[in-house]
Amino acid sequence: MSQMISAVSPHFHHPRTTRSIMLDVIIALVPAMIASVLIFGLRSLMVIADCVAVCMLSEWVFEKLCKKENTLGDLSAVVTGIILALNLPVGVPLWQAALGSVIAIVVIKQLFGGIGQNFANPAATARIILMTAFSSSLTNWAVPQPFNFMPDATTGATPLALMTKGETESLPSYLDMFLGNTGGCLGETCALALILGGVYLLIRGVITWHTPVAFLGTVAVMSLVCGQDVLAQLLSGGLMIAAFFMATDYSSSPATKWGKIIFGVGCGLITILIRFWGNFPEGVSFSLLLMNILTPYIEKLTRKKPLIGEVDN
Amino acid sequence: MKLKGIRVPHKKHTAQMPPVRIPVPKTVTIPMAMHIGRPAKPIVKRGDEVKVGQLIAEADGYISAPVHSSVSGKVQKIDEMMTAMGAKVACVVIETDGLQTVSETVAPPDVHDLKSFIDAVRQSGSVGLGGAGFPTFVKFSFNNDEKAVDTVVINAAECEPYITSDTRTLLDRTDDVFSGIALLKKYLNVKRYIIGIEGNKPEAIAKAQAVASQTEGVEVHVLPPMYPQGGEKVLVYNTTGRLIPQGGLPLDVHVVVLNVTTLAFIAKYVETGMPLVEKCLTVDGSAVKEPKNVIAPIGASIADVLESAGGFKSEPAKVLYGGPMMGIAVPDLTAPILKNTNAIIAMDEREAQPPKTTACINCGACLTHCPLRLDPRAIAKAYKKGEAEDLKTLCVDLCMECGCCSYVCPAKRHLVQTNKLAKAVLRNYQAQQKAKEGAK
Repeated sequence: MSQMISAVSPHFHHPRTTRSIMLDVIIALVPAMIASVLIFGLRSLMVIADCVAVCMLSEWVFEKLCKKENTLGDLSAVVTGIILALNLPVGVPLWQAALGSVIAIVVIKQLFGGIGQNFANPAATARIILMTAFSSSLTNWAVPQPFNFMPDATTGATPLALMTKGETESLPSYLDMFLGNTGGCLGETCALALILGGVYLLIRGVITWHTPVAFLGTVAVMSLVCGQDVLAQLLSGGLMIAAFFMATDYSSSPATKWGKIIFGVGCGLITILIRFWGNFPEGVSFSLLLMNILTPYIEKLTRKKPLIGEVDN
Repeated sequence: MKLKGIRVPHKKHTAQMPPVRIPVPKTVTIPMAMHIGRPAKPIVKRGDEVKVGQLIAEADGYISAPVHSSVSGKVQKIDEMMTAMGAKVACVVIETDGLQTVSETVAPPDVHDLKSFIDAVRQSGSVGLGGAGFPTFVKFSFNNDEKAVDTVVINAAECEPYITSDTRTLLDRTDDVFSGIALLKKYLNVKRYIIGIEGNKPEAIAKAQAVASQTEGVEVHVLPPMYPQGGEKVLVYNTTGRLIPQGGLPLDVHVVVLNVTTLAFIAKYVETGMPLVEKCLTVDGSAVKEPKNVIAPIGASIADVLESAGGFKSEPAKVLYGGPMMGIAVPDLTAPILKNTNAIIAMDEREAQPPKTTACINCGACLTHCPLRLDPRAIAKAYKKGEAEDLKTLCVDLCMECGCCSYVCPAKRHLVQTNKLAKAVLRNYQAQQKAKEGAK
């Protein structure tokens, strides 16, 4: 008889692992990636590949240098790379995208302790840093040329920029905005693809409805209150990708049910504040970053009371 | 609202299999500590002839239980042995003669009032057969003139994967269960009886409901098919709507909880006088060739029991007392069957291998699945920092160690294990606080 394994209970574990969760997120991002290629051409694929490769490389190098365990297998670096790429315009110089990837992985994720420890969303923060550093190339929006895989480099305004300037008559149709046939970042324009991915994550139980519903709902209600075009506000900018894929980031958002709702509402409010009254046409990334900072407090306030006395829902 | 928990694979392969008696083993090893409380004191010595049902060890103090011989034969030795729980305890080793001669002392007890009933339960050696092994008679020792108890909850939830021994009790020994209820009605002066069964046992539910509909004061309560419905706090809340207070007992909410097999045993004991000497248990797991339910004499080795289930399909890498959620891994197959053993699960290499632990990703699965709404993630942080005050605020002492948090954790972190350690830290801290206050 060989040595028996001695371990404390439980002796059963759910098959879900960090890796399988990240794989689900990657699967959920596939429609948005396909949409980005269809809308903005093959260069989209180059930007995505660039970000993913540099994210993985910087994670590997950092962990090697710090003699930490290699965590490439959990696929979280791949997820960060894809989300960052989808938050950049198609014409972004590849070296800038690479720099953003290094910032996301090394500065925002690894320096704070690696997966689960980062207080801010790596992709959102990296995008903000790139925007501040290279504002011209980061706001150089290619005009979408669907099914033209090698489009010429003409640029135009995004729907949000048009709305900010008050040129609402030149806004694209709702259908074009829903399908993503508008100017904007790689993966943020096609609401259809993002909703598909979001629904997949909901079905798989990777995310819950609380954050996206609170986030999108707040933007809708506030647009209505402020007399803005509700649908256009919902379908434009980085709102959809943020609501489903970035505001639901485990490590930088609250884990409690009410915490998620407060987080979503907060993101929605800040987004609206910046969109309507700020200097930038878009405020989603800033809203994420600001709410990320509040996450520990929100979590503390919304922690469920252990079952010691009354049972409430 | 019901307290939930988690969905685990049920794996109740043996639910359709009535138990079969295993052959009398060559020797049995009967530990003196198969209950919560002081170990029993042996009253036999080496060379003594013993028979089935004969008292071999007396209860030592109030919270303790007597132990009886499960076989006929000769006492080979009385030895200190290490149990799977990690404590050294005296064990009576009996060489069997294979005849299973019943002792003359086995006769129906004289039960005519509450005192004699409690006495009989005490003499029977009965302990909580669901797992914890708390001496049963203590649960009955309350003064019901003061309306201390108005409900008895009979635990037939059997929420652990694999195990079906309580299901078999309900199916094969329905009469015993209901004569047990009749006894409690007669002597304990309690009117309401709730049988809690998890929804994944339709046959047991149907059978219990059929009899209950003809018995006054008995309700069958179908519980959600989720682990841990059999946890005392969860069970009492989901059947009665009453929440056992922090650090309290079911008695605090006027409830007594009794495992269904314990109840059936008590009825049988009052009828025949045969003490607790054998146990129905489920033998299953990926390494077991022929999963089945067996009746084994207490003290039979795990190896004897596994042999009766056709031996191994593949080399067992881990063998458990009890189910996979809360079971205890045994060091080797010589470990004996105890009074409160309700299953032996043998896992093959693949099933037994503990998964790799990775970093916490802050997903919150542990806190959304804790039936008692604890935050294992925060508890682990406070434990790591040694913050006993934080552990107190987080109510870690509430943890019933069901293991839901560890089960759902995608990073496979040792959450319930940390909770156990954190509970000890809090206990020490509170003892120190108390000592300090005493010194003032």
